[in-house]
Amino acid sequence: MRQSFDEISAQLKGRHRKSARLKWMSMGALGLAGLFLVFFFTDMLIKGLPAFQQAQIQVQVDYNEMAQELPLAAVEEEMRPLVSRGYLRLIPGRMEKNPDLLGTTRMEWVLADGQVDQYLKGHHSNLSGSEQSVVDELADNGRAELKFNTTFFTRGDSKMPELAGIASAAMGTVMTLLVTLVVAFPIGVMTAVYLEEFAPDNRFTQIIEININNLAAIPSILFGLLGLAIFINFFGVPRSSPLVGGLTLALMTLPVIIISTRTALRSVPEDIRHAAFGVGCSRWQVVRDHVLPVSMPGIMTGSIIGLAQAMGETAPLIIVGMVAFIPDVSATVTEAATVLPAQIFTWAGEPDRAFTEKTAGGILVLLTILITLNATAVVLRKKFERRW
Amino acid sequence: MNRILKTTAIAAAVMGFATAAQARDQVRIVGSSTVYPFASYVAEEFGATTDFPTPVIESTGSGGGARLFCNGLGEGTPDITNASRRMKPSEFERCAENGVTDITEAFIGYDGIAFAQSNDNAEMDVSREQIFMALAAQVPVDGELVDNPYTQWSEIDSSLPDREIAVYGPPTTSGTRDAFEELVMEAASEDMEAYGGEGYTDIRTDGAFIDAGENDNLIVQRLSENTDAFGIFGYSFLEENADTLVGSSIDGVEPTPEAIGSGEYPVSRSMFFYVKNQHADDVPAMYEYANLFMSEKMIGDLGYLKGIGLIPAPKDMRAEAREDVANHEKLELSELK
Repeated sequence: MRQSFDEISAQLKGRHRKSARLKWMSMGALGLAGLFLVFFFTDMLIKGLPAFQQAQIQVQVDYNEMAQELPLAAVEEEMRPLVSRGYLRLIPGRMEKNPDLLGTTRMEWVLADGQVDQYLKGHHSNLSGSEQSVVDELADNGRAELKFNTTFFTRGDSKMPELAGIASAAMGTVMTLLVTLVVAFPIGVMTAVYLEEFAPDNRFTQIIEININNLAAIPSILFGLLGLAIFINFFGVPRSSPLVGGLTLALMTLPVIIISTRTALRSVPEDIRHAAFGVGCSRWQVVRDHVLPVSMPGIMTGSIIGLAQAMGETAPLIIVGMVAFIPDVSATVTEAATVLPAQIFTWAGEPDRAFTEKTAGGILVLLTILITLNATAVVLRKKFERRW
Repeated sequence: MNRILKTTAIAAAVMGFATAAQARDQVRIVGSSTVYPFASYVAEEFGATTDFPTPVIESTGSGGGARLFCNGLGEGTPDITNASRRMKPSEFERCAENGVTDITEAFIGYDGIAFAQSNDNAEMDVSREQIFMALAAQVPVDGELVDNPYTQWSEIDSSLPDREIAVYGPPTTSGTRDAFEELVMEAASEDMEAYGGEGYTDIRTDGAFIDAGENDNLIVQRLSENTDAFGIFGYSFLEENADTLVGSSIDGVEPTPEAIGSGEYPVSRSMFFYVKNQHADDVPAMYEYANLFMSEKMIGDLGYLKGIGLIPAPKDMRAEAREDVANHEKLELSELK
């Protein structure tokens, strides 16, 4: 077929237009995704940043005999509704431990009630008119301030928003992920090594491969049911413990680790194996001294991404009882604990509106950790990756 | 590779340790999401003021709680289940089949169910019959049952606003939904001839009733976005959001704590928890917690729980309930029927 030069140049214009359109459309898609992200982050930051500050007020605490029984008696009457009950209820215990306190009066900075906190932040509060004027007066005299909220990082869940913190959930997350890592990493890597380096390519290994790929796509809640049936009902692992949560999440993470390890092993050139065999290495030496070290960055990246995924998971943990009210920070993997996303879920359902900012604050912390984990994965890959 | 072998060995050791865990002093509680805020408040107080660890509370819904509770005896089963309705005879029988034969019932107080809307609107006075007509799957028209034809409130009664019928409510797994079906749908239809004298509880599925999930906060948020809609949720959420929502009067009674406590407000329900007496010796903290829950400083007229939305029962009923718990009174099947 012959086309004149004019025809081709006429077509060319159309083709350029088409590629320009494709470019604009894909940029539009990216822009839209970015816009959603920006919207989400600003919303979370606006709602969540106030959670890192908490109101404290300076009150006169009078350690009299009556306060041993009725802690409310330790502070002046007009201040009573403004002081956190979480502080007041500790007074009798403190007086018992330290008898010298009896009969003394001191000015102390104490945690304010959640409603005072909301009022000082300019949010809706349930304070009455007279209580509001007391708070205003305190603020004018520098006796009511928003200070950095250490409670949020040092305490567990609470029904009182001013006392609620993420420490027990963070500890639970760390222990759960440790169990997941300890179980899923060696099993996953060894499975992949066998399938890649030792297994013959036959019908049986093909079926295994299909099943592993399938497992990676299964809804996570099914792993929760599996965990309940196997670990809790059969092996008797304590319900709600990081141990059972970690084992359940390990089941979920295994396929991800296996698949990424296999990809990493496969990207090691055959030449390296041949060279090693050529100088008389055994299969074991080839894998240990040559293939595994070279593919480690890929394996680490895959494992970190798998763990990050497990960290954001709640659905399977509901089934094994880790979504619960747990104020105590647990110390061992068999004690009841909860995890960060579960804590966020619990706070989102609280009627008290002061929990809105705690929810957003928890999300910010979780996002920060996830971004750090994923960034580590990227850095590892960039730093150690070798191209052939 | 040595390292990998070591880690596997550690993992195996950890698992062996887990199965050898001893009898616990931590109370385990499951059950209703409506009772959950109150129970967790008491649990926190219990943990902070005694030497016992804080009880673990899972919010599983009344039905889910009863299922776990009745699974049997022993360390792996919960000691207490919370319920926003009485235990069903079928649940009691299942408990008995699995060896849970000694249960004490604790009556805590009341919770009202609000039928509320955004306060951009004028307060509405609605009857249970009108709510039923708006939400039933089939309604009587000229003596015959037909698929619900109403799309505007004003079509049901000219006194109601000319707004589209849109109601956000809880899903079927929720105790709030059970109570709403019983106290509104069933009560309104019992005397209607078209249903043959039996209560009718089927809720329409053509879009006028919107299943909004277990989270009452989501319903509250949707009401401020869709100011034409109504929502069905627990009274404590109405109280907490009094600046954006307005509750409807039902049969001429406004949802106030007094009206709910006296039973005048028609859509109120009782809340309970159930204690597994057979665990009393192994879990010493169980009754300490139960007695704290029943104390006047928690469920009384000036109790802490009132501040977070519990509606206290009359004084003599509280005293009786407290007595029952203190005596480990055994619940009989005949009481539930």
